[in-house]
Amino acid sequence: MEFSYLSALLLLDSTIRLAAPLVLAALAGLFSERSGVVDIGLEGKMLGAAFAAAVIAQTTGSAWMGLGMAILVSVALAMVHGFASITHRGDQVVSGMAINIAVAGLGPTLADAWFDQAGRVQVTGAGTRFQPIELPFSTEIGRIPYVGQLYVEVISGHNLLVYVAALAVPLVAWIVYRTRFGLRLRAVGENPGAVDTAGISVTLMRYRALMATGVLCGIAGAYLSIAQNVGFTRNMTAGMGYLALAALIFGKWRPVPALLACLLFAFTDALQARLQGVDIPGIGQIPIQAIQALPYLLTILLLAGFVGQAVAPKAIGQPYVKER
Amino acid sequence: MLRTFAAAAAGLFLATSANASDFTPAIIFDMGGKFDESFNQAAYNGAERFREETGIDYLEFEITNDAQREQALRRMVRKDADVVVVVGFAFATPLEAVAGEETDRKFTIIDMVVDLPNVQSVTFKEHEGSFLVGMAAALASKTGKVGFVGGMDIPLIRNFEHGYKQGVHHVNADDEVISNMAGTTSAAWTDPARGAELAISQFDRGADVVYHAAGSTGEGVLRAAADRGKLGIGVDSNQNGLHPGSVLTSMLKRVDVAVYNAMKSAMDGNWQAGAQSLGLAEDGVGYAIDENNRALITPEMEAKLEEAKASIIAGDIVVEDYYSTQQ
Repeated sequence: MEFSYLSALLLLDSTIRLAAPLVLAALAGLFSERSGVVDIGLEGKMLGAAFAAAVIAQTTGSAWMGLGMAILVSVALAMVHGFASITHRGDQVVSGMAINIAVAGLGPTLADAWFDQAGRVQVTGAGTRFQPIELPFSTEIGRIPYVGQLYVEVISGHNLLVYVAALAVPLVAWIVYRTRFGLRLRAVGENPGAVDTAGISVTLMRYRALMATGVLCGIAGAYLSIAQNVGFTRNMTAGMGYLALAALIFGKWRPVPALLACLLFAFTDALQARLQGVDIPGIGQIPIQAIQALPYLLTILLLAGFVGQAVAPKAIGQPYVKER
Repeated sequence: MLRTFAAAAAGLFLATSANASDFTPAIIFDMGGKFDESFNQAAYNGAERFREETGIDYLEFEITNDAQREQALRRMVRKDADVVVVVGFAFATPLEAVAGEETDRKFTIIDMVVDLPNVQSVTFKEHEGSFLVGMAAALASKTGKVGFVGGMDIPLIRNFEHGYKQGVHHVNADDEVISNMAGTTSAAWTDPARGAELAISQFDRGADVVYHAAGSTGEGVLRAAADRGKLGIGVDSNQNGLHPGSVLTSMLKRVDVAVYNAMKSAMDGNWQAGAQSLGLAEDGVGYAIDENNRALITPEMEAKLEEAKASIIAGDIVVEDYYSTQQ
């Protein structure tokens, strides 16, 4: 492989496609965790949403209906998590895991019952998928050297949900740091007692945070089954929810650093697809096993060396009890 | 918890599908499931053909994780299946254990050789079929670069790759083959997103025809090819119809014939243990032409493929298999 400008751009392009679901899920986790509710159930919510999106897109023939259903299902699962861990003060990790396990089994089982395709849902037909969008003027701008290529290869030509993910980052940052809701959200995760004293319901705040989590996870799940892929397959999230959670912690529970962490994970993933079977000057071919371990090695190295201490929201994992 | 539930549910299903007839064959599918549009589906088609022709129901099980292999084999034994067909190389180790204990029961394994007196091993000369689709890829390529996406990195898949490369170079010695493997665990068979990403990376590097041998991961490969106006090549089952006009051809591996023969011969009493290897001469492998890809394969291409096929059968062209390069 020649390490040209174009191949670097195509690598970035692939990074963006792989990062989009991670970014959405990490931002989803940010709402929940900033409000003091550990959300290990991102994986399950994404998987549930992916399943719902595939089923509805296939039966109605509309990707938008699929997206809507994905969000509904994901929010519903978030509410179950909230009911167990906020209202009934159950253990948040246990409740999250329960959602993951339930969805992992329920999706393929229902798919079997409804479609008889061995736990899969295939999405076929026009309009059932979010297709790549060519941004305006791509042919005109494409003629400009360097910048034009960047515009055509990297920025243009993704599906709608990728742009949603990109816009979600500044939006979430604005909500968390610049709005009244954001201030209360952060406060309820740090010191719920103080928020309660100010006359704001901790329970309601946390439920609202989980609702935001549900919406973002729903979009992430729909991305998997009706934008990036065509259909739902067993365990198609493949640990992405956990990876997003890791990115969130990596990014110290802040939107922009979490975005960078997601991009890093996606970049190593994209890189390993391109490093396989390539002769590196002076080294020769790297064994596939070593290349596939690369993202994880890099993560450990960065976590150990460069990130420094990650301080979680103070009240995270603790159910709020009014009277002690 | 989930696994026990899945196993229990599958057990329940088996119990209801069992037939009162005297002869009961059984089949155990590999990861990816019987509707993977590929390897397992070919096996499923063979079993279905047996059911249609004889009216005898068969027991079945779909593996969803590696730990279920031996469990499923023992379950079939307990259900008193007369012949148990296991589909996939990964069954070799559990089969050795179970068949070694159940010495008077018949087992057929596909894609791997298990040397036991009560085991029939059916393997295919994938390299011969892959050689032909490699030729087709090289003949159809405009860029002189073609791709290969394998599933799990194992000698079997390397054998596909090895035959494919020889076929490409038989047409044009200067053509480049870009090759990727989806992974090193059995999850590599069920990851269409990764398949698509690998295919796209090969298109980005100039390839315009990509052959996959990756189970359901390959669905992503074929879709990426269709999305980008490139050509894919299917494997095991005839996948030409998945994206009509974008699948150049499919390397057929007649797993269906092997499964059907195993069940039928066991019923007729002429089932024989031992190893058999099916190649072009035995019609065990081949390439698919149907109405979906008729326009993509020109008469000249077809003539060249048929000529090469005849030469391979006659022994004039010897396609080297991967295993022989490893000794």
